[in-house]
Amino acid sequence: MREITYLQAIREGFAAGMRKDKTSFIVGEGIAERGGCFGHTQGLLKEFGPERVLDTPISESAFTGMCAAAAACGSRSIVDIMYLDFTLVAMDQIVNQVAKLRYMSGGQCKMPMTINGVFGGIRSGGAHHSQTLYPLFANIPGIKIVLPSTAYDVKGLLASAIMDDNLVMVLEHRALLNIKGDVPEEDYFIPLGEASIVKKGTDVTIVGLSFMVHHALRAAEILEKDGVSAEVIDPRTLVPFDKGTVIESVKKTGRMVVVDEAYAPCSFASEIIAIVQEEALDFLNAPIKRINTLSAPIPFSPPLENYILPNPEKIVAAVKAIM
Amino acid sequence: MDNDKKIELLRLMFTILYFELCVQEYFTKGHIPGFAHIYVGEEATAVGVCAALNKDDYLVSTHRGHGHCIAKGGDINRLMAELYGKVTGYSSGRGGSMHIFALEIGVLGTSGIVGGGLPLSIGAGLHAKLRNTSQVSVCFFGDGASNQGTFHESINLAASWHLPVIFVCENNLYATATAFRDISLIKNIADRAKGYGIPGVAVDGNDVLKVYEAASEAVEMARNGKGPTLIECKTYRHYGHYIGEPGTGYRTQEEINEWIARDPVKLFSDYLVKNRIIDRNGILKIEKEVKDAVERAQTYAASCKFPEPNTALDNVFA
Repeated sequence: MREITYLQAIREGFAAGMRKDKTSFIVGEGIAERGGCFGHTQGLLKEFGPERVLDTPISESAFTGMCAAAAACGSRSIVDIMYLDFTLVAMDQIVNQVAKLRYMSGGQCKMPMTINGVFGGIRSGGAHHSQTLYPLFANIPGIKIVLPSTAYDVKGLLASAIMDDNLVMVLEHRALLNIKGDVPEEDYFIPLGEASIVKKGTDVTIVGLSFMVHHALRAAEILEKDGVSAEVIDPRTLVPFDKGTVIESVKKTGRMVVVDEAYAPCSFASEIIAIVQEEALDFLNAPIKRINTLSAPIPFSPPLENYILPNPEKIVAAVKAIM
Repeated sequence: MDNDKKIELLRLMFTILYFELCVQEYFTKGHIPGFAHIYVGEEATAVGVCAALNKDDYLVSTHRGHGHCIAKGGDINRLMAELYGKVTGYSSGRGGSMHIFALEIGVLGTSGIVGGGLPLSIGAGLHAKLRNTSQVSVCFFGDGASNQGTFHESINLAASWHLPVIFVCENNLYATATAFRDISLIKNIADRAKGYGIPGVAVDGNDVLKVYEAASEAVEMARNGKGPTLIECKTYRHYGHYIGEPGTGYRTQEEINEWIARDPVKLFSDYLVKNRIIDRNGILKIEKEVKDAVERAQTYAASCKFPEPNTALDNVFA
């Protein structure tokens, strides 16, 4: 199979979804001729034309609400929000309108809409271009959330998100854009809501979200040398959440560490831990640990940024503390 | 406009008036839950604009939206049932007064967020444009919403993309309790259209024919791919911002009296009689029919079932 970057796989995911439904269109800032600020929409204008690949003014509220109503009327819409931080200026539209229109209408409309965004702390993005905000959205009924961690996953999950009849947020950690992976050339669709067991193990379950899966794998390698066998799980989708895969793993290993780049209070790690204690408390041999970003705005200076973000060493230390 | 249509507009204005008075009565009695904002005094705006629309045109409304739904052709039984929170309501009791959707007649929702509907309205316009239909989208909003960022973002985007949208600002002079004259240096909100390179027109929002004329012109432009218009309808609500507002001391009694003297239903009734389109008895007959229909809607809504509690999670997702 051919190897391509995650970034290239995002382009192919968009194209796969847009080929499947001719009513679909994508809007965003500099996504047409420029091909997106990360190059993630390159080629879309050429294939789908200016009617379906639309450059907008920097008006996030307007174009987010616009895509919601177009979706309610029967078009399939995609918003490229660029940095996830920018959803905050469209928050009324996302939370009060998009997430609720179907419900408030008593099911009269569907909401075939995707919001694609890049997030995460890396290389001094600073406080406005690094935030891991998905817990905010996970708290709102009516929003599906997908966090692909590999090139293969992002293509298939993004394509499925576009074809879903609900608002789906597909969020990509910036650190993933240049990783490579095997990706089929043909279009394919990965069902939302299915976790993946990235590495089998017997002694401890490490659940990693998005880029944290890669930190978890690195930690598992280090732990292996010390004789600890870690199982690494990538939920891939937060909403809906595949709790069965996590619970089964914890029942086997009896120990869990959750790695989530969101801040600890009300993070998605907190939610996963709550689920596990509700459904598998009797199987636990030790307290569950979570690794989150320390609670400060993401600092600019590299040593500060490194200090507050999760990393493999922090995961190793957490695992050792509960072994 | 032919005389039959004019009489039909009067009937719609009466329907809104008596519907709202009925809502006020049963809300005050505690039968209708939640909040309700009534449209009495502004009937000509909704009716004048909607008279220029087709059934499949889109409409985005506000928190004061019952009138828009009725003017667009909504069924007052289902509307009243929604206000009562009943399963037979337009949104099966999930929405209530501020979240009424009736997609079969293009109503994309009344709204609880001031200015929240402006982005939605351009989405309906974009949908129509991408599908190459001749549908248009009308966005009702108030003077309060004209100071929201969504006003600027949405009108600018619709203008630059030539979207088939008609922005109708119902300037009832007060954003809840704040007078527009106190929070803006401009007199006409319609003047802001210049900043977006689109036509802006201020009309007497209590004159249904003037509103209709302005709306028809804007709809014609929009249908022909010539983009949006901003119409400002100067009007007034006869009652408080919401039912039960503890006084409207921010408005003088003199001002209220002046506007009540220019009540749009009365003005239009007088016009029709004066021009011998209908006589006083004819009007009384319409009024009676409308009152009966509203009474039936109330009885119907009160008698309908509430949704089953265990259906509360239905339709969060498709």
